[in-house]
Amino acid sequence: MKRAVLVSAILLLCSASRAQESTAAQMSGGNSSALSPQEARMNALEDRVRTLAEEVAVLRGELKAVRDAKSAEPASDPRILLAAAHVEPGMLLANPSPIAASAPPEPAPGAPQMAQTQTYGGATSNAKLLNPDISLIGDFIGTAGHNEVSPSRSLELHESEIGMQAIIDPYARADAFISFGETGVSVEEAYVTFTSLPAGLLMKVGKMRADFGKVNTTHNHALPWIDRPLVTNNLVGGEDGIDDAGISLSRFIPAPKGWFMEGTAQVYRGDSDDVFTAYRRQDLGVVGHVRAYRDLSESTNLDLGVSYARGNSAGLITAPNPSAFFTNIYAGDATLRWKPLRRAIYKNLLLRTELFWSARDQLSPLNIFQTQHAFGMYASGEYRVNRRWTVGGRFDRSGRATNANLTDTGFSGILTYWPSEFSQIRGQYRFGHLALANPGDFSNANEFLFQFLFVMGAHGAHPF
Amino acid sequence: MHRRCSFGERLTALFATLAFVTALVGPPGTRAANKIQIMTATTDLASLAQEVGGDKVDVESIARGYQDPHFVDAKPSFLLKLKRADLLIVVGLELEIGWLPPLITQSTNPKIQVGAPGYFDASRFAKILEIPTGQVTRAEGDVHPLGNPHYWLDPENGLRIAKGIADKLSQMRPDDAAYFAQRYADFELRLKQADQRWLAEMQPYEGRKIVTYHRSWPNFAEHFHLNVVGYVEPRPGIPPSPQHTVELIRQMKQENVKVIVVEPYFDLKTPNAIARETGGQVLVLPPSVGGEKEITDYFKLFDYDISKLKQAFDATH
Repeated sequence: MKRAVLVSAILLLCSASRAQESTAAQMSGGNSSALSPQEARMNALEDRVRTLAEEVAVLRGELKAVRDAKSAEPASDPRILLAAAHVEPGMLLANPSPIAASAPPEPAPGAPQMAQTQTYGGATSNAKLLNPDISLIGDFIGTAGHNEVSPSRSLELHESEIGMQAIIDPYARADAFISFGETGVSVEEAYVTFTSLPAGLLMKVGKMRADFGKVNTTHNHALPWIDRPLVTNNLVGGEDGIDDAGISLSRFIPAPKGWFMEGTAQVYRGDSDDVFTAYRRQDLGVVGHVRAYRDLSESTNLDLGVSYARGNSAGLITAPNPSAFFTNIYAGDATLRWKPLRRAIYKNLLLRTELFWSARDQLSPLNIFQTQHAFGMYASGEYRVNRRWTVGGRFDRSGRATNANLTDTGFSGILTYWPSEFSQIRGQYRFGHLALANPGDFSNANEFLFQFLFVMGAHGAHPF
Repeated sequence: MHRRCSFGERLTALFATLAFVTALVGPPGTRAANKIQIMTATTDLASLAQEVGGDKVDVESIARGYQDPHFVDAKPSFLLKLKRADLLIVVGLELEIGWLPPLITQSTNPKIQVGAPGYFDASRFAKILEIPTGQVTRAEGDVHPLGNPHYWLDPENGLRIAKGIADKLSQMRPDDAAYFAQRYADFELRLKQADQRWLAEMQPYEGRKIVTYHRSWPNFAEHFHLNVVGYVEPRPGIPPSPQHTVELIRQMKQENVKVIVVEPYFDLKTPNAIARETGGQVLVLPPSVGGEKEITDYFKLFDYDISKLKQAFDATH
């Protein structure tokens, strides 16, 4: 009851200030020079009304909690209220009293919660106030079959990724993804993005997946396959890929009409799994990426990219001067998407290929400086058959970064089922023709993988 | 073979690249014609902005009217438009949560970042229905914890949003405040007249029961006194299930419901099956401007939907 009185008091205050404002508005002349300060005051008042409305919402939430505790009766048909409280056009802006209508007068056990059906958008968003959007994505993978070269475990909770995303201040937002794997915890990404820089620059600072092609930027749970392509493992550092602490700057580039182009330049410490290692503080790594995009039609588009990465070759700690050994990786990617807008949730097609060239300085078995030139690629397609099913396939071929004479080949067939947007069940058949240490010797791998993915909470949208 | 490349050289190379990229672009171009550049999430908001903005604004929508506004691809081609925008008008209530946030971040446009003066959340001005009470879980499907985001289908909300936009435009261009006020007054007059006509047209069908595919129509149903008794989707965002469909058919037969309203972006297989079983009629009804070619503005949206509904009600009487 005390709370209800408080609510009424706030609302009275609120209407009073509104009344004053309208009198003032009538008194001041209609000329445009007087409008500016008046507008400002209006805005200030509007802000105040909004603040008050938010306070009312908080109080209302508390009231509801009290009432919920008393009554187990769920909300009834909203239409009862709607017939009773029909809001006239303009009423909301002329008079804040509809907010009053939405505040329950007092806790009434057993009464239907009609008032809750009518309120104004912004007023309720303080439910989550300043918490970041928090999500957890569980990624469970099982494997059966035969693989002598790179066997994986039969069943594992491959990864539990916790995401926290929030707007930091008017100039920046931050995204953090912490991955709990079978063997430990790692910060997969955690970076701040400055969105209000001059000259159209977008800056990211922190640990992040490098903007190197497509698959390197993609989190495990967003891949169209259960595993990553062979070439990722052979040439670009495996599952985490080029993922390092650094600074990224990107900017749109002027492009011919109809094209969108963006350039990205990134500097990293130079430590990325088994691709790059920084032996000294100066051994920085760099990544560059240029993207070109074009809408071919409303439903079809083409996405092209070229990337470059450079750093000191990993795994040479025993070499006399490891900082003199570099790995340069060049990559090109092409994606064709088709998605008819009217049936976007039922039918779409994505074709993608990425090509990688790696030039790695290393010591030969006889301790002589050498550069291994390896090439790898994958080509992948996925087709959404209906709202719940997607079929896909992938062809893999890749040399090994440390020994370009060894080439692995493979292909996969993938079937995905979505019970809803927030869970995913996937099966993948994978065949591999994998090179053994002796040139010319191969081992065939036949495997069946299955995966369950589930999303809790609010996971932010992924870049297109 | 040249292999050594010092830290300094590398850094120099990097900055040179950046300088090159920046030089290519030159100073940011000034907008021709001095119009306020407005981007909106949906076509309905674009139409409202055009009504009050008149020839002082350029308006473009990201989503098309025949597209499911929950699932829009964040195509980079939108980035160029967002970069130039002075004002971004969004539906809010997490309708665009799956695609708009990365577009806003990547647009590199400080004016339209969330909370900036050029970010306009239309839901703050509208009457919102179906705000969940008590615990919200995804056992209810893709629920919108802040309420039903399809609020623009009530002309009164259209008017409220238009007022909000007019105030915002006046704030951005105080010199044109009188113009925007006059445009709004004119819009208000026309919309109120049209609304009287629409209400009169729908009056004979007051209280009619309908079934809709998705929960897109609560505001429309409230304003025009229709009664939505069921949904083809078992839960929001969950595709139809046989069990739910059987239950819905039973309910429709029992309550004599004959009209199944389907948004243009949903599959018609299940609705058609339900219509065959119940002797009802499937009615593809666009919830947004641009959903059909002839629906070119906010007025024509209601004109079209109401005439289609009337036909369906008459045919299934």
